[in-house]
Amino acid sequence: MTTTISGTEINVTEDGYLTDFSQWTPEIAKELAKNEEIELTDRHWEIIKWIQDRVNAGEALSIRGIKKSGVLDIKEFYALFPGGPLKLSTKIAGVPKPKSCI
Amino acid sequence: MKNLVILGAGTAGTMMANHLRPKLSKDLWNISIVDQYKTHYYQPGFLFLPFDTYTEEQVKKVGKKFIPKGVNYIQKKIEQIFPKENKVQLEDETLSYDILIIATGSKIAPEEVEGMKGKNWHKNVFDFYTYEGALALRNKLREWEGGKLLVHLTEMPIKCPVAPLEFAFLADSFFIKKGMRDKVEISYVTPLSGAFTKEKSAATLGYLLEEKNIKLETDFAIERVDNENNKIVDYGERAIDFDLLVTIPTNMGDDVIARSGMGDDLNFVPTHENSLQSKDHENVFVIGDATNVPASKAGSVAHFESETLTDNILLYIDGKPLKEEFDGHANCFIETGKNKALLIDFNYKQEPVEGTFPFPGIGPLKLLKESVFNHWGKLAFRWIYWNMLLKGISIPFVSRNMTTAGKKLD
Repeated sequence: MTTTISGTEINVTEDGYLTDFSQWTPEIAKELAKNEEIELTDRHWEIIKWIQDRVNAGEALSIRGIKKSGVLDIKEFYALFPGGPLKLSTKIAGVPKPKSCI
Repeated sequence: MKNLVILGAGTAGTMMANHLRPKLSKDLWNISIVDQYKTHYYQPGFLFLPFDTYTEEQVKKVGKKFIPKGVNYIQKKIEQIFPKENKVQLEDETLSYDILIIATGSKIAPEEVEGMKGKNWHKNVFDFYTYEGALALRNKLREWEGGKLLVHLTEMPIKCPVAPLEFAFLADSFFIKKGMRDKVEISYVTPLSGAFTKEKSAATLGYLLEEKNIKLETDFAIERVDNENNKIVDYGERAIDFDLLVTIPTNMGDDVIARSGMGDDLNFVPTHENSLQSKDHENVFVIGDATNVPASKAGSVAHFESETLTDNILLYIDGKPLKEEFDGHANCFIETGKNKALLIDFNYKQEPVEGTFPFPGIGPLKLLKESVFNHWGKLAFRWIYWNMLLKGISIPFVSRNMTTAGKKLD
């Protein structure tokens, strides 16, 4: 399905994840974050960039992987994206949410 | 003489030995397979052990029975792989290889979560991904009088990603049959955003949890098991009480991969997802749970991979380009309780959808839909595993690559 965010039409899944990373822009990220009641700080942008790099390199994202990365500790990750940090950060970063096979 | 060495005599390694021995000249190629353990377990059976559906004897056999004649079966511990020197160090000898196949699988690593393998391990905190864990849980369930049961998944990727859900469904049936379902509260706890994370599965199977009165706790990233208060606690300090915790711990590749410096953070070997050649060494190939490819870690995947990998080993020996054809094909039965099951058939790109299998429009198996026939299929699979799959015999009408015929696509 498609939706319009900050004046741009983008393709998203039913639960609002971008299906085409090339459509992602920082403006779209800001808008997606606003819908989740998150104000993006410099630290958020660093983490978003890091997540995008990992995913685009074909690596799987997990809380454990983030803990091992040394980029941020998990408490901070929760503080930045309260409730469901992986779910929220991937949505804002424009990458697929972590999934199982069904 | 040249040497082909297979590390691991589980599902994937055993299949490769059976595929390759008849295809490689005995005058030119020695084949060795190394595994320190004598017993070959039918791991899908571990799901049924805790509920007394299968007995111990139904899930294990002597591994040697499945290694073909003409293959050197070495029952020793693997210390380290030296890929630059084309050598493998075993406990008391060194093997040289021309081609190496890594099939060392994955295993649970409960020590990765604080308190998980603590004083209550196999007392009220259980895994069922090991023979010992499944048996300990069976003994517990035989006498358990009820309370809060958590079926918990630590993090992805895990072997057989549907197994925890199947466990929750079978637990519901088990307690109903025992006449004590009203004494048990079942919750499914996942780090993901739902029990079903793919669109079609969520739409068609969402009813299952509600129907079986299984509570759902999502986005739970476990930090520790609190053994004093019988709670699991996540990084956001969310806590869930339990009387009985059945957990799928972190899954990791074998320690030998870490010792050899050949793995990622979880000791899985970086592998080309379509050819199954390792990314770092052209004469090293990887199959089954040991790879980092984004396919499910499941026996059916190893089976489909083994057909492509066999072709690629022969092409590599002839100096020809490898087939980049493996598509992530998986085919899995999912028990839903009350003698019914689902069947899913999917690959890297195509999510599980409804349809008929293996004959388009006919079946007899139904995709992504509960049926008694699918349950028979799951039970029949144990025979197929021991008698066909391990021996490298193709399963009739089921091809290595996924087919879209018979599937309902948009």
